[in-house]
Amino acid sequence: MTPRHKRFAMIGLGLVALGIAAALVLNAFNSNLVFFFTPTQIANGEAPKGRSFRIGGLVEAGTLTREGDGLTVHFIVTDTVKRIPVTYKGILPDLFKEGKGAVAQGQLSTDGTFIASEVLAKHDENYMPPEAAEAIEKAKKAGAQSSNTLTPAPGRTGP
Amino acid sequence: MKMERINWFQWSSPQALYPLAGKLIPWFAWWSAVCITAGLYMGLLVAPTDFQQGDSYRIIFVHVPAAWMSMFLYVVMAGWAAVGLGLKARPSFMMAQAIAPTGALFTFLALFTGAFWGKPTWGAWWVWDARLTSELILLFQYAGVMLLHASIDDLRRADRASAVLALVGVVNVPIIYFSVRWWNTLHQGASISMTAAPKMAATMLAAMGIMALGFWLYSAAVTLMRVRSIILERERHASWVQMERVS
Repeated sequence: MTPRHKRFAMIGLGLVALGIAAALVLNAFNSNLVFFFTPTQIANGEAPKGRSFRIGGLVEAGTLTREGDGLTVHFIVTDTVKRIPVTYKGILPDLFKEGKGAVAQGQLSTDGTFIASEVLAKHDENYMPPEAAEAIEKAKKAGAQSSNTLTPAPGRTGP
Repeated sequence: MKMERINWFQWSSPQALYPLAGKLIPWFAWWSAVCITAGLYMGLLVAPTDFQQGDSYRIIFVHVPAAWMSMFLYVVMAGWAAVGLGLKARPSFMMAQAIAPTGALFTFLALFTGAFWGKPTWGAWWVWDARLTSELILLFQYAGVMLLHASIDDLRRADRASAVLALVGVVNVPIIYFSVRWWNTLHQGASISMTAAPKMAATMLAAMGIMALGFWLYSAAVTLMRVRSIILERERHASWVQMERVS
């Protein structure tokens, strides 16, 4: 092995060692690198107790209600397995919609309601013109109907 | 039978790199201007409005190519640093040094445009999620490499020290890229990946691709310009530089 090859081998080995070290560190700090907790994680007690944290998931369709003051809102955040009711007083971001993603910061009260002090909208990575979105929505509905007629799903609940 | 091999080492002297860079610059510069103009036109005027974000999504045409370039340029810089350390070749170190400011520029651009996209869509200029934080760290890494190089007077030691720092920092690039997959983040996942079909309309995708190509050409042009001035500065006592000044 020439000195030149030796130097390249050292650089390569150094990078491999560094990569392993970084992977171990990131693994150790895993819980601190999470921006929000899902309702399932909260139900399993993985979320920090007694201090503020973030909850993330989908705003369940049909659960958004507004109080008389026009500012306080209630909605349910779900990851389709568990559901957490959220209360928030303030202005919601434009992209906050039922059926879309949202992240809320706040604390879990004793009755299991999440009292949010800040609500952020989380949008997905799909970009398309409205016509395309409409077409997909239509296709989905058509697909859902046909599959319903073919196989009467026994365990299905809801509308 | 003997194969004809390209001798890559023929450009491994500053004296040979200088005119080569000079010849390539106009080509890269003109095509980058063409691509960026076409990309902005397509992105801002031709591409359709998004179904949920309206027109605010159009920041993507600057934001995503800038973020790509910030990561790509770091890898290229670290690559030159590794070649420089391995071959003890000065032009490699010069290339690494020349790339850093452009990489930092694109990192800043990605963060800056990201803030302007985050406010109308998420409702916040900045959040400390894994994607945003790791990209901010990348900006500090570029700054660190440049500062370390500038703070050591002995050029050979400056080259080596900043090359090692650049190499160490390369671990952050996969962290940035995969952060949206490894951890829950507010930042959305990748729309374009090698394993899945792109999650955006074809016109949008084309505009973004052209912008990325334009940014790449721009980076090449500016890096070569910068490497030429680095060569002149470092080799100012060499006889061929003196000749260049006369002619």
